[in-house]
This record gives sequence, C-alpha cells and structure tokens, in this order.
Amino acid sequence: MVRLTIDGQNVEIEEGKTILEAALKANIHIPTLCYLPEVQAIGACRVCLVEIEGNKNLQAACVSPVSTGIKVYTNTERVRKARRFSVEMLLSNHPFECLTCPKNLHCELQSLANELGITDVRFKGEKSSGRIDESSPSIRRDQSKCILCRRCITVCKEIQTVTALFAQGRGFDTKVEPAFNRDLGEVACTNCGQCSIVCPVGAITENEDIDGVWEALADPDKFVVIQDAPAVRAALGEEFGLPPGTLVTGKMLSAARMLGFDRVFDTNFAADLTIIEEGSELLKRLREGGVLPLITSCSPGWIKFIEHFYPEMLPNLSTCKSPHQMLGALTKTYFAEKMGIDPEKIVVVSVMPCTAKKFECERPEMRSSGYKDVDYVLTTREFAKMIKQAGIDFVNLPDGHYDDPLGEYTGAATIFGATGGVMEAALRTAYELATGMVLESVEFTSVRGLEGIKEATIPVEGIGDVRVAVAHGLGNARRLLNRIKEGRGDYHFIEIMACPGGCVGGGGQPIPVNNEIRLKRASALYAEDRALKFRKSHENPSIKKIYEDFLGKPLGEKSHKLLHTKYTARSRF
Amino acid sequence: MSSEGHCRCTQIEEESLYTELEKILEGHKGRGKDLIIVLHKAQGLFGYLPRKALEMIALELDVSINEVLGVVTFYNFFSTQPTGRNSIKVCLGTACYVRGGPGVLKQAEKDLGIKDGETTGDRRFSLGVVRCIGACGLAPAMIVNNDVYGRVKTTKIMEILEKYE
Repeated sequence: MVRLTIDGQNVEIEEGKTILEAALKANIHIPTLCYLPEVQAIGACRVCLVEIEGNKNLQAACVSPVSTGIKVYTNTERVRKARRFSVEMLLSNHPFECLTCPKNLHCELQSLANELGITDVRFKGEKSSGRIDESSPSIRRDQSKCILCRRCITVCKEIQTVTALFAQGRGFDTKVEPAFNRDLGEVACTNCGQCSIVCPVGAITENEDIDGVWEALADPDKFVVIQDAPAVRAALGEEFGLPPGTLVTGKMLSAARMLGFDRVFDTNFAADLTIIEEGSELLKRLREGGVLPLITSCSPGWIKFIEHFYPEMLPNLSTCKSPHQMLGALTKTYFAEKMGIDPEKIVVVSVMPCTAKKFECERPEMRSSGYKDVDYVLTTREFAKMIKQAGIDFVNLPDGHYDDPLGEYTGAATIFGATGGVMEAALRTAYELATGMVLESVEFTSVRGLEGIKEATIPVEGIGDVRVAVAHGLGNARRLLNRIKEGRGDYHFIEIMACPGGCVGGGGQPIPVNNEIRLKRASALYAEDRALKFRKSHENPSIKKIYEDFLGKPLGEKSHKLLHTKYTARSRF
Repeated sequence: MSSEGHCRCTQIEEESLYTELEKILEGHKGRGKDLIIVLHKAQGLFGYLPRKALEMIALELDVSINEVLGVVTFYNFFSTQPTGRNSIKVCLGTACYVRGGPGVLKQAEKDLGIKDGETTGDRRFSLGVVRCIGACGLAPAMIVNNDVYGRVKTTKIMEILEKYE
C-alpha cells in the first residue's frame, strides 16, 4: 500500500494506482477529458493537472502513479489557471455551435467549460477546418468539432480491433479519419458505434433518423409500427435520470403509444422466433454434418466485421436475420395480410441499442417482404430525444402493453440483450427440441457475465456433449476466431456480439457506458426473464400460432424467404 | 524527353519493384511493430510510398491501412507522392529565415514551377523545407541531395540546380 496526501487528506491506495484514482477514493474530484476508465489514460489533454510538492511542473493525474509520501494539491491557483488554459486552448478552435449541436447538454467539453468557470476565451485563432461525413447510414462525423482526444481511435483499435479511424497528419492539421481522406461509409467500418459512445463532444454521433419518423407519424396515410429491442428497456430510463439497471418495459411501451404509433410490437417476439429458427438450424447441422461451429448472426456490427475480416468463415454464420429484420418482414407480410393493410403504407420503426442496425436495414437483402422491411432504425438515445420532444413525462408514465400478434415474448427473448443471452436462450430450446425432455434448470450461468470469451459444455442426450463459446466485443471475437482457425477450439455453437457486454453496451445506448453499467443493465434483463411466465422461446403461444397460421415449419419455405438472409465478402480496406 | 515516354518507363520500373517489396516483407508477417522499419525500406525502394505498396504492407504486417497512413502522414520523411531524383531542401530555421530563406524558397518555387512539397513533372526535382540544418553561419542555406549550399543568392539557384540531372 502507498500512503500519500491529497489536499492535506491522508489517502492509502495500492501501488501502481494513479493520483486520479487515489483522489477518487478520497472523494476529491479532478476534472478529466481525454481520460476514460476502461478505455484510455494518455495524459494528452492536460485537464487533470495537479501540483505535486517539490515537482517543478504540473502533472497529469490520470497517468501519474502514486508514490509514498508525496503531497498532491488539486485546487491551487496554479492548477486552476493551468486547467483553464488547457480548456481555453481547446475552445479557441472549437466551433461555438452548442445550441444546435446533437450533443448539446450531453457534451463533456461544454460541462468542463462550465465547471472551470470559463466565460470568455482569450485566444482567437484559426478554427480547425473539417467536413461533415454522413456517408455511413450509422455514424455521422463532424470533424470541425473533434478535439483530438483519441478516445475513438483507442476504442476502435484496442477494444474492437477494427481501426477504421486513425490520426492522420500532424500538429494543427491532424484529422481523425480513415486513410486517403476516405469517408467512413466506404471503408472497413463495422458501424458498431462504440466511437459515438466515447466521443466527448459532437464530433461522432449516430446519423439521426428522428425527422423521418416524425414525418411518418404525421402522415395520415401511413400505418406506423414500432418495435423495441430487449436492451432498450434496460437502459432507456437513464436518459430520464433513472439509475442504470432500471427496467422500464411498461413505460417504454406507453411512451411509444403516446407518440402516436399505430401498433406497438416487440423485437422480443422475433427474438423468440430467431431461437426457433436458429435452434433448428443448429440441430440440423449437428445431425446432418453441416458447417460447424454455427455462429450467431443477430449483431449487424459483428456481421460486417466477419464480412470484412474473416470472409472465409461466412459459411459458419447462421442464415437467420437479426430479430428486428424478421419482425419488419413479418409486419409487411403476415400482419399486413391479416389486417388487410397495404404493406406499402406500413412504416416499420425499430428502436435499437445499436447504430449498426441503421446500416443493416439499408442492405439490399433486407427487402424480402417486397418493400424495405424496416424503414427506420432509431437508437435508444434518439428514442429518448423523441419522447422529450413530445413533452412526455416518461418517469411518471403508467405501464403499457405491447400489441398482438407480434408482441408477446418469453424470458429467453429478453436476455438477448446481454452477452451470452442468445446462447442461453438457444440452449433452453435446443435441449428440449433435441431430447424431447423438459429442461428443469433453465439458467446457464456459465455463459453470463463480462469475461471476454466464455465457454461451456452441455451434455445433450442423443447428441452428446455440445461445446459452446460466447464472445462480446470485436477484439474478443477476433481472438476466438483465430483460436478456431488455429485448431485450438472445437466448438459446435458460438454466440458473438459486436459490443462489449452485448447489446446492453451497444453503440446506440445512453452515455456513459462502463462495466458497472453493463452489468446493471444485464441484471435488469435477467430479472425480467425470471419474472416472466414463459422462459423458453418455443413455449411462446404467439410463436406457436404464427407457425400454425403462416410460417408452416421452422426452416420451411416461408421462413427461408422472410427470416433468413445471405452475406457478402467485403474488402479489408 | 517526352513526358509520356518517361511515365510509361517509370511505371514498368515500378511494377518490378513490387517483387522486391515482397522480399522485404518476408519475415515481417503479422509483425505490426516492424511498421516503421518496413516503411523506410519501401520508401527507399520506390522513392515514395505508392498506395498499392502501403496496402501490401498493411495486409502482411496485419496493421489497419488507416493506422499505416496515420504513421506515414505523421513523419515528414515519408511521402505518398512520387519524389524527384534530386531532393532540394530550403532551410527555414531561425537564422536562415531572417537572412532571406523565404526569398530563396519563393524563387526556387518560381524557377521550378512547383510549390513546397511538390515534384516537377519530369521527376527531376522535389522541393521541400527543413527547420535548421545546423549551418546557421552560412544562412540562408539550401541542401540538394547531400550537398549543402550556403549564402544562397536568389539569382544563383538555377545555376546550382543545373548540376543535378
């Protein structure tokens, strides 16, 4: 243990920790900007400066290790002036467009300027030139707002192992962008949106689709349907001041109805459907000697990753579409037929924890209904903005309900939002389908939690030991795929989610996201699972009905047309 | 010489250099840490870093092309544009700056018909700027390849350059 004093207060902390961590332990707040726990500590922005007695220069607290006996001061005149100077320098070339910026009131630079009491910027210099890049349906970049903190580069390179962005050039002319001045929409970007989660300012945000949705809602000729992904209900409350981990399913459904949607469906219904189709696909491949391991396909960020970086493994992917695309296709066929509504007039809006799904719904394969199966994808953050724009008092809303026939869901569906959830849901169903026996203990806890790669072996009568693995975050996915390619992993079934923690940590979720918040959101979903009457997808009465009335059988002709898809090998550049 | 003929011949030369590059890349497979060494060798080989070479390096070293370009654009030494057979560097360090360095640069740009950082159409000269070469006593100074010229007069620049083919 190391003993030091911070502002005269004695602090004891383990060796190797930083002054910033020691201050946090002593409840002393040091402002930070480029620092982001679990992502990066590089001491670049010079905002977390502190004075250490006997030290000539001020030190960046985020990268300065503690040592015994040092006396640290975090609130001297010199420190205050230096921090203010650093932020004023950043502001001197920052566009003052706060009122119209998508990050207005959610911007860390804005909060910091306020916190440090900056009311005037003394330096009037050249502004960073920069263009707006809207080439990606998922991500919008406004380079003029970039403060070069490099958080996006670190998350993209170190955690996701994609490196779609990098600092190009040097000095004042440095730009964070792909090589050769290319747009993000043209390069090997997975659209996972983790960069938009970590960007402290308005330089990287989702490409918003709110206006299109308002237009559809205002059009009396349109029949507008909404669906919400499982992870949304575990995080949406945070946008309205509720603590992370608050489950807001009922309020979310009520809000959707108040916004004027004609039907409130639930992506969870299609998650149950995915399990039936994917579980059948797994059993078929196991019994008939198909390509193994079978790898899940619910995460469009993951899909784009494998298309760019491991195209030789595309035959391993399940052909199942992601659940919201299945629901879109069924809305414009099954539901439209049943209700006698012209599918051309139906507008499907998906509320997703995800930015990659904005790209996914634009894919040419996603038109199996004969129309664009999903018209708009909104992130959890955008949906919260709409609720605020509508003046809805979200926190005090009564609990609402989803509509039939595409709303009912089981506990297996709702845990899709957490890493390991799809695996667990699939095991619950595949076990019973394969053995014809009732699975008494439905919780497969070995695939839960935040370990990067999780493994389990499940004995299934008639099939033998089924070896499974789960990876979340694309860096972990890459490690797992390399393990398989090198012949060091002999699995039957693998779940991969692009975002760390799975969809609860998705690129479209409320900011901030860290491991503590990921776990709290996941536990909200596991709690909903425990509270539901049906916890296995094949027990969902609406699922049984749609096979009887419309789809016929799993992997049947209609399923093949509406619920399954194909993939495209893409360039690594 | 006709610029058209020259270009084609350069292209053919460049194609054969890719076989050389493949040899350089042997032993660096999957070794992202070797990036700067490999870029140095490649630049030595081609005289600059063509896009195709950068893509080959990115694939072989298993480094993102975006990171490769990040490194290339950070260091002044690397160039993604073809450079001339002869490199002219005008010194704009403090001493040269006050003793007429900017005038030397301006005249060189005028004489060659190119700007700082560019290469003449016949690839005879590339023009650039350096910040102090330690020849302050000779200010304003200029370097052509490895030769240092001191007390450069704007009227004498072309005379100096004529020696370089």
